[in-house]
Amino acid sequence: MADDIRALSAQLAQDPQSLVFLRLGEALRRKGQLDAALRVATIGLERHPHLADAHDLYARVLTDKHDYERAFDEWDMAVRIAPKHTGALKGLAFLYFKVGDLTQAEAHLEAARKVEPDDPTIEQAFEMMRGGARRSASPPPAPAPAPPAVAQVAGGGALDEARVFAGLDGANEGLLLVDGAGRVLGGALRDGGGGDVTDTVAAYLAGVSQEAARTAKLLGLGAWNGLSAEGQHGNVHLAHPTSDALLLVVRERGMPLGRLSILAQRATAMARRWLEKET
Amino acid sequence: MNKTLDLITRVRGVRGAMIVSVEDGLVIAEQLMEGIKGSAVAALAASLAGKLRRAMEAAGTGTSVFWHLQAEQGALLVVPGGGTNTEGGILVVAVAEPDVNIGLVRLELLRAAEAVI
Repeated sequence: MADDIRALSAQLAQDPQSLVFLRLGEALRRKGQLDAALRVATIGLERHPHLADAHDLYARVLTDKHDYERAFDEWDMAVRIAPKHTGALKGLAFLYFKVGDLTQAEAHLEAARKVEPDDPTIEQAFEMMRGGARRSASPPPAPAPAPPAVAQVAGGGALDEARVFAGLDGANEGLLLVDGAGRVLGGALRDGGGGDVTDTVAAYLAGVSQEAARTAKLLGLGAWNGLSAEGQHGNVHLAHPTSDALLLVVRERGMPLGRLSILAQRATAMARRWLEKET
Repeated sequence: MNKTLDLITRVRGVRGAMIVSVEDGLVIAEQLMEGIKGSAVAALAASLAGKLRRAMEAAGTGTSVFWHLQAEQGALLVVPGGGTNTEGGILVVAVAEPDVNIGLVRLELLRAAEAVI
């Protein structure tokens, strides 16, 4: 195995654009050298951002590192690029199973079986899933796109939420500060009907932020500073006060993006000061 | 379609414009300066659009009609079109310098989305 890795590394060094990084990354992953595998997968992905196998490799390494949310994003991307990618379909099935969404897990395994009906690992996965379901009579439901973060939100304790944006307009309905894993640090969000959507939105934000960072990096735009969006019923601005925290400002559609951006800058400064005090 | 993209790339600071399929992140039409990888822009923009859509729907703001990723050395500006779902949807995308007139690019992107659909 070590010889294989050496030989594959040499091949990759000789031709950095080749697809040998897929075999090298997988070999490193199987050997448990996850940081090295992650580096190989990341560099490969930068060179081949539209290659489904590259996203699949990256997702497998992330899964081994228990970074399930990013793994979900990568397999999701692989399936977007190649809808019949069985590795990615099986990977998504695994992650759905892990959060107790058996319907989605079965649907993805079924899709994989349609592509490769003779793959014995798919049947094994079905059997394992049925066994797991019997052992756990009522698995905890969780929204699929960001399962790990949702679990963390449920278990994690929010800090003194009210103080972060004290005095700022909309502190309890249109401002949200979360950490990199989607845990709420402060603020709150309500939807148009007045319902509390704080935790749900928090769970999605880490995925948006990671994708924004990846997009900016791979397109050679440097580090991202902010993401503004006009919606049908409201406008949002996402910023990161520190490298580990995210701030979301949500306002009604009538507030122009420019003004929203100014408000976000003020909230970002407040959040940064608060985070400095807390840490 | 090229004429439509031409109006976007005429804005000073815009380095390229393209139309992307939301469903698979593939390029439908593009007009890019040298050095910009169209396929990468398309795939990444579609992926980020998907994640943003889910977050915005959860926040109750509805799907986006325009979004703008600001970065140190440039910006990505996007107008989704062709329905709120991924199926049959498109993105009109511009890659720009950091100091571009965002309002102007936004207008041209909205016009382009209307013209394409």
